[in-house]
Amino acid sequence: MTIQVDKPGLLTLLQDAGRYGYQKYGVIVSGAMDSFAHRTANLLVGNGPAEATMEMTVIGPTLTFEEAALIAVCGSNLNPRIGSEPLPLWRPVWVPAGTTLVCGSSRQGCRSYLAVAGGFDVPAVMGSYATYLRAGIGGYAGRALRPGDRLRAGRPTRAGEFIKARIRRGAVAGAAFDTVNWSVSRELIPAYAESPEIRITEGSQYALFDEASREALGTAVYRVQPASDRMGYRLAGERLQLIEPLEMVSEPVTFGTVQVPPDGQPIVLMADRQTTGGYPKIAQVISADLPLLAQAHVGSEIRFRMVSLQEAQEKALLVGLSLQVMEKSIQMYFSQGG
Amino acid sequence: MFKHAQLSPMGDRAMIVRLGEGVDPQTHRSVKLLTDYLAEHPFDGLIETIPAFNSVTIEYDPLTIYQQESQRLKGREEQLQLPLEIVERRLREALGALREGQEPQSRLVRIPVCYGGEFGEDLAHVAELNGLTPEEVIAIHSGREYLVYMIGFAPGFPYLGGMDSRIAAPRRSTPRLSIPPGTVGIAGEQTGIYPIGTPGGWQLIGRSPLALFLPEQEPPTLLQAGDRIRFEPITREEYDQWRE
Repeated sequence: MTIQVDKPGLLTLLQDAGRYGYQKYGVIVSGAMDSFAHRTANLLVGNGPAEATMEMTVIGPTLTFEEAALIAVCGSNLNPRIGSEPLPLWRPVWVPAGTTLVCGSSRQGCRSYLAVAGGFDVPAVMGSYATYLRAGIGGYAGRALRPGDRLRAGRPTRAGEFIKARIRRGAVAGAAFDTVNWSVSRELIPAYAESPEIRITEGSQYALFDEASREALGTAVYRVQPASDRMGYRLAGERLQLIEPLEMVSEPVTFGTVQVPPDGQPIVLMADRQTTGGYPKIAQVISADLPLLAQAHVGSEIRFRMVSLQEAQEKALLVGLSLQVMEKSIQMYFSQGG
Repeated sequence: MFKHAQLSPMGDRAMIVRLGEGVDPQTHRSVKLLTDYLAEHPFDGLIETIPAFNSVTIEYDPLTIYQQESQRLKGREEQLQLPLEIVERRLREALGALREGQEPQSRLVRIPVCYGGEFGEDLAHVAELNGLTPEEVIAIHSGREYLVYMIGFAPGFPYLGGMDSRIAAPRRSTPRLSIPPGTVGIAGEQTGIYPIGTPGGWQLIGRSPLALFLPEQEPPTLLQAGDRIRFEPITREEYDQWRE
């Protein structure tokens, strides 16, 4: 199965769950910005959690499927169409050979994930398919997709074969594509919003910020700035200030760490963050809300809300359990009908 | 030495263990001992261990830890703890297993450097700033061992301790747009070596023919935290031979 890239879109990258285990060597984690949409897309086509998906940003690509394929698109709506028909999101879809999928730009949100049954057949670098742009490794030739690139899919799993068989049984002759009559439940999908509320816990240096700043963090509006990217979201809003200047020794940071450089404007570290940082950390975005932030675009207004570590961890467990339940349901549904 | 280790959660998937305040070889030794111990005795759900100057960060998967613990407690009266409490317990156990006076393994890595010329455009400037000749700067720079405190900033980039302050030099006011891999530089009282091409404001004094980042190899970097290194001056001819 081969997919040809006709137009690459703004920034289309192969990403996976992240290149873990190498931060001690200074190798960044990378991986999908919206891990929920990425994982769900994989689940819907029967892929294991390690497969790469195509992360499409703001303006999506135009792709031609040279052979028939089972795909799923999850995340923000980049307006994908086959001919004049919009492609439904959050469902498995069977596209016939020769199909051209044209994506537009996002009306809301920022990133969309396309999974293909069998995953993308690219070499793993340090155990991962994630694209690490600055070092030029991983993903497709270590870079964003370009016109003319040809991506091969791997072998679908048994689950993938079941899903394909089930969809094809109900296929309509001559249709632009075939799909199922259900999609991932709204309740499971993160509450993506134009102006999301993002829950945080206290960062290591939270107590060293003055009272006005701690107050502002939980009440003020912060706007996503144009210099935001996969490395970090630069926010502008009320200035955050330390009680007194602080000399810090570099220490590790992680996905969702909120750092405050001397100008007082916070930066939330994202998938392509460096492994360590030397700025004081005022907060940490809870892992369950990282997908909301990953879908915030330039100009989005963000509000933070402080929660307890217990709540943060309970929400993390809930997300993990829902994904497990979703995986089991999909397997049961399709194997029974298969 | 490990009793006053401070454990604090960094969100719902990571924990920092602080083992000291500043940057010194004793704290570094504690960092290395804990890192090595966790590499040999990983617990289920541990994703990775990241050593820094005076802290070790542990990333973990709360779901794996939760599900394993609920399995273990099946049919028992004990209260199920939060994953972060379980991780804290595991780390206290690890710290308790470390012994005072234990010496971590440390390798000595020799790094050939061709100093000056086109590879070290700022060598003369560094010498002049410090009232030395370029030869004296080379002799001082290559005359001692450096400790790799941590790797960070870029893949394989070592944060080195132990530079002689007689060859210190401030960063350039205008950073260079691109510095080739292997370049050895000085910034303030620090010396370092660039593993990948990157912009930077360091004073460049030489270049090594060695590759510091090897993405196809395991481990993928020449240097690791805890290594000691020594720079060894080589001629331009020797540099070219190395490159072949």
